[in-house]
Amino acid sequence: MTNPASNAAVSAVSYEGMIAETVMIRGQNGDPVEAYYARPLGAGPFPGVVVIHHAPGWDEWCKEVTRKLAYHGYAAIDANLYFRGGPGSPDDVAARVRAAGGVGDDQVMGDLAGSMEFLRMQPYSNGKIGMIGFCSGGRHTYLAACRLPGIDAAVDCWGGNVIVDDPKQLSELRPVAPVDLTENLTAPLLGIFGNDDRNPTPDQVNRTEEVLKKLGKRYEFHRYDGAGHGFFATDRPAYRPEQAVDAWGKVFAFFEQNLAVQA
Amino acid sequence: MCTYIVEKAEIVGSAKGPKGWMKVDTANVYYDHPYHAPLDHALNIDFVNAGGGAGDRVAVELSADSARALVSKILAALESGDAEHGVTAVVSEPGR
Repeated sequence: MTNPASNAAVSAVSYEGMIAETVMIRGQNGDPVEAYYARPLGAGPFPGVVVIHHAPGWDEWCKEVTRKLAYHGYAAIDANLYFRGGPGSPDDVAARVRAAGGVGDDQVMGDLAGSMEFLRMQPYSNGKIGMIGFCSGGRHTYLAACRLPGIDAAVDCWGGNVIVDDPKQLSELRPVAPVDLTENLTAPLLGIFGNDDRNPTPDQVNRTEEVLKKLGKRYEFHRYDGAGHGFFATDRPAYRPEQAVDAWGKVFAFFEQNLAVQA
Repeated sequence: MCTYIVEKAEIVGSAKGPKGWMKVDTANVYYDHPYHAPLDHALNIDFVNAGGGAGDRVAVELSADSARALVSKILAALESGDAEHGVTAVVSEPGR
């Protein structure tokens, strides 16, 4: 016996689901690189987003962000940029990579290009690729938007050292200040910043904006009072719910505008 | 801050981690985002055996104030040890 009332209740439920798992991609020099990958269940088409983790590494929070993007309808991938420093747990590997001076820009660009290629190859891809990075990953986003072709929307969340005022921040691994490559920027850029941040400072954000404006680039910057570095991080004192909720809204509006398939 | 600035100290001694005691020869010290401590920034010290694997590490993540307090306590302990035992703080220099 079927119960018509319960059938009606079931049919009113809007099913949603996602899958999140570790996959392997081909990174710089064809190296196999592990990545955390989350996507909505279903045939799509789904836009892709490359997530770039921050300096502490491929941690729980960055994986939460990857799933958040999948929840909002994106196939999102977060490559472990420290993978070559393993094997080991992400925190041990991050410590080892940091002690060795961090990761080089060329290697990161290769790994991000591999992440983009992975997303494009999926049968449910809509062909559009966005990118979002946090802290050092914000810098990587800016750099990738200037160096890698095929990015349709780039989101820099408080990337430090996009402008380099202290020459000690330049090295063989990271020889160029990303802002110096702005002429090559092809992707529309969204910047999210806290006005209490010290890397980047509000003055550095202003000077980056001046360069973007002077070169006629497509960008929008949003600055938040009462917020500092990393104000999306729900597990840190820096978390600012009001500002973070607003800024996430800006991020998803930007992706919707630039990554949706136009009818 | 998301920098890769690290102060390295050559050390002589041992540390106890999940796998038991191990020799440590390097302390990597940095003030940046911690991995675990619920702080925006922390004074992080990784005691490692540079020739070992990534997991051969004993890590601490301390608030800035508690790290400074720890430094003064370490110096105080060394001074009292000198007074009580007549030993110098440096037993042997690494590599000698």
